Amino acid sequence: MRELKITPIKNGTVIDHITSGFALEVLRIIGANNLDKESTVSVALHVRSRRMGWKDIVKVENMELSPQKVNAIALLSPTATISMIQDFKVIEKRPVTLPDHFTGVLKCPNPNCISNQGEPIEPEFDVVHRRPLALRCRYCDRYVDDFLPHLKTR
Amino acid sequence: MGLKGRDLVSIKDLSKQEIESIISAARRHIPVAEGKRTSTLLDGKLLALAFFEPSTRTRLSFETAMLRLGGRTITIADPAVSSVAKGETLSDTVRMLSGYADAIVVRHPNEGASRLASQVSEKPVINAGDGAGQHPTQTLLDLATMEEHFHTLSGLKVVLMGDLRYGRTVHSLAYALALFGAHLVLTSPPALRIPEHIRSDLAEIGADIREEADLRRAVQDADVLYVTRIQKERFGDLAEYARVSSGYRLDPSILEEVKPSFIVMHPLPRVAEIPSEVDSSSHAAYFRQAFLAVPVRMALLSLILSGQPGPGGG
Repeated sequence: MRELKITPIKNGTVIDHITSGFALEVLRIIGANNLDKESTVSVALHVRSRRMGWKDIVKVENMELSPQKVNAIALLSPTATISMIQDFKVIEKRPVTLPDHFTGVLKCPNPNCISNQGEPIEPEFDVVHRRPLALRCRYCDRYVDDFLPHLKTR
Repeated sequence: MGLKGRDLVSIKDLSKQEIESIISAARRHIPVAEGKRTSTLLDGKLLALAFFEPSTRTRLSFETAMLRLGGRTITIADPAVSSVAKGETLSDTVRMLSGYADAIVVRHPNEGASRLASQVSEKPVINAGDGAGQHPTQTLLDLATMEEHFHTLSGLKVVLMGDLRYGRTVHSLAYALALFGAHLVLTSPPALRIPEHIRSDLAEIGADIREEADLRRAVQDADVLYVTRIQKERFGDLAEYARVSSGYRLDPSILEEVKPSFIVMHPLPRVAEIPSEVDSSSHAAYFRQAFLAVPVRMALLSLILSGQPGPGGG
């Protein structure tokens, strides 16, 4: 069953079950350009998955994800799972979970929102619907259901 | 009731009972607002009016309300000559004002500005309009106008006409009316229909809403017609604005078929939506509505600054 198209990592994080086509966005979210020079990043696009049909996978050596980054991944790809690897073994594996509240992950799509005016605040959103996912800006009340263009990592 | 020291950013910050208390307190303030009695309820209190965009009517009604109650005001009336012009953030300006005054009234061109102000201020913040966002004191005075005329809000049939897409004062009003069990009829140009997420918000609190494109049919058996301005700045295409707004005018002949108690309301300023010949009709309530801005804001300031509903104790 195990068909390894990318090599295992010794220590780091595996982000699996990414919605197919979103791996490059995940790389952007985790800041793959600014990693430790010794770290290897492997990406598999369009991999067969029993559960999902097709999926993407990202493996990053020597990195743990901050809760904010996990939240951003959850917005784009609610099916994703995150595994922590130590000494080639999975020590923890969990699905991403959508919090009720997002801080500093998205920019408000309303250009006139006070959170886009250079004030010393992080944009904040509350989840108002889970399926389909919709958030509302805590400042201006704007609804957001299209997240990709508004990720702060973009 | 516990409004003392509270912020008012959105109408949703208030419960139905709190809205009722403010409206009933506003009635007590009418003789003082009319200058027939005097009050010293807010003697020694200082209200900051932080107006980051022009708004004569709202600013003057807050200032009048405070002065009528024996309080005083300090004002940022022209951001072009204040520290804002030097690039100071709203957060810093509000922090400074919260050190000077007992409460701050904020009017700002950006949506969410009052929410931010309430987070950084140690003193109560009252939202007097933030961009296309909330304007809760307008909603309170709209409700007070209907309540004064009909002695109830429950069961009223209210037609909301105009820009129901971007006009978020209308969204606040619709929300509050639904809370009181009013029946809502929405009539707007097709391009300016109410957004689906606002409809679903209203449905969540059990609002009775229907849409009716024909105004003449919409006002049959109605109690209130609430007209709003279609804002030019919402249209990227001025030809589209001209097309939508040209057909947007209350035909006075419609008033021949309404109930005797029917009223027409408008938050003012109006452009051409209501022809001046309607002004002399017994149905025109928009000037009374404009007057009630003062007692309603007096009631709110009394409750927030002193915890007292108004003259006559309580």
